[in-house]
Amino acid sequence: MTRSPMDANALRMPDLAPADVVAPRIMIENLHFYYGALEALKNITLALPDRQATGMIGPSGCGKSTLLRVLNRMYDLYPGQRATGRVMLDGENIISPDADVNILRRRIGMVFQKPTPFPMSIYDNVAFGVRLHERLPRAEMDERVEWSLSRAALWDEVKDRLRASATGLSGGQQQRLCIARSIAVRPEVILLDEPTSALDPISTLKIEELIDELKTDFTIVIVTHNMQQAARCADQVAFFYLGELVEVGPAAQIFTAPRQRRTQEYITGRFG
Amino acid sequence: MSVISARMLRRQAVNALALGFASLATLTGLIALVWILGTIVVYGAAALGPHLFTRATPPPGVEGGLLNALLGSLMMTALAVLLGAPIGILAGTHLAESGGRRRGVEIVRFVNDILLSAPSIVIGLFVYEIVVRPSGHFSGVAGAIAMAMVLLPVVVRTTDETLRLVPVSLREAALALGAPTWRMVLFVLYPAARAGMLTGLLLGIARISGETAPLLFTALNNQYLSFDISRPMANMPVVIFQFALSPYPAWQAIAWAGALLMTLFVLLLSLGTRAMLRAGKA
Repeated sequence: MTRSPMDANALRMPDLAPADVVAPRIMIENLHFYYGALEALKNITLALPDRQATGMIGPSGCGKSTLLRVLNRMYDLYPGQRATGRVMLDGENIISPDADVNILRRRIGMVFQKPTPFPMSIYDNVAFGVRLHERLPRAEMDERVEWSLSRAALWDEVKDRLRASATGLSGGQQQRLCIARSIAVRPEVILLDEPTSALDPISTLKIEELIDELKTDFTIVIVTHNMQQAARCADQVAFFYLGELVEVGPAAQIFTAPRQRRTQEYITGRFG
Repeated sequence: MSVISARMLRRQAVNALALGFASLATLTGLIALVWILGTIVVYGAAALGPHLFTRATPPPGVEGGLLNALLGSLMMTALAVLLGAPIGILAGTHLAESGGRRRGVEIVRFVNDILLSAPSIVIGLFVYEIVVRPSGHFSGVAGAIAMAMVLLPVVVRTTDETLRLVPVSLREAALALGAPTWRMVLFVLYPAARAGMLTGLLLGIARISGETAPLLFTALNNQYLSFDISRPMANMPVVIFQFALSPYPAWQAIAWAGALLMTLFVLLLSLGTRAMLRAGKA
């Protein structure tokens, strides 16, 4: 691990510091992605700054979710999908066939659009990922579960029914459980694929507050269709259109003074 | 106005007619079912008694029960489940989880459907040729193999179908935590599909417990209580078949009692299945 929080913090400017001042956690270089013959991502180069939230916006089919699924190699499951270029994490190209996907996926967690609780107890849901990678004594596992649920702002609601089935939780609680499950394995990066699109406004607010809070420890990448959400949650915003990265910059700049006409048109609602 | 009311009348008439036919069809089915069940209960209940469970099938003119047939059926069914269920679950998992990626999967699925609808007497003859003839005699093992072959495609089909009903997102969520595929299948997919898979297994057991044709060529029958699965073995369907056709009233009574017991067994299985499905949904 070459993670260096001291350097990152030292470089971090107050408030409107440009995102690229912070050392990148992930560096995407000349990435192309193909669904069979269709090129879904075209020559993407993008830095994801350490312990900041990067918001990815753009109309449906622009490639933002595809990019997210490249970052944890989810596309590996599907034959005919392939990526070229480099995605560097700690000096290692994670899309190279030599990279161990199971270790990669421990380091880069993912939360999906719809809550995906496993058919087991709340406790076992959170412990599931931990048990894959670590052998913890009972007491430490209890601590880890409590820590994860607390970080996901769910502990107080479920502490008395940890053994109850996770499928009995409300949608918003399920999604926070999925976040707890992701952070329980202590990843470095958390990918969120439209995490609030299936939730009510109150649950959405809770998740957004959570994302803000999680930035102190984790690098966040969030795909969203909701531009207010991107403005609220993200430090850096990347706008994608038809598989291209049109523009990337600090959230404030993208939403107030975009440099590209297409960005301007999208954020003002002229298409998308 | 009159046009509308004429159309209304026509609709009401068609509705009444369709409803009438539907009710008639339901009634026909129900009458047949009640008739069958009623006959079995009336004749079977008269022959019920503790002796059925304590004595083996008798020679003509002697008092007896069904102990050997009950135990034989139980043992062979258990053995058939032990043989057929693991293979069926593994094969069904393979079909569902290789996701139509290969042509082979579609072919195996198709072949399995053929096996599912294969006449059971053909399976009996097949096992007769590959097990009974080479070994020189009928045996409980041969019976269990034949039953397993009837059970197998049912388990493959239901495992395949219930696993494919589990949302892709659940698979991806498990894999996204860094789980290897086998752990994802074992600890996430199987629990998620548990109710459906168990239902398939129970349906399969209900099906094989009533099969007669495959056992005629394989386990045959045994007049005595026997736990040796390498020898011919008594079983419910063949005993019912032989005793019901016999000229002895005492044998016929035992056949009725056996029919009632088997019907109750299948009924209980089916109730258990429903309870399990409800529990799975909740």
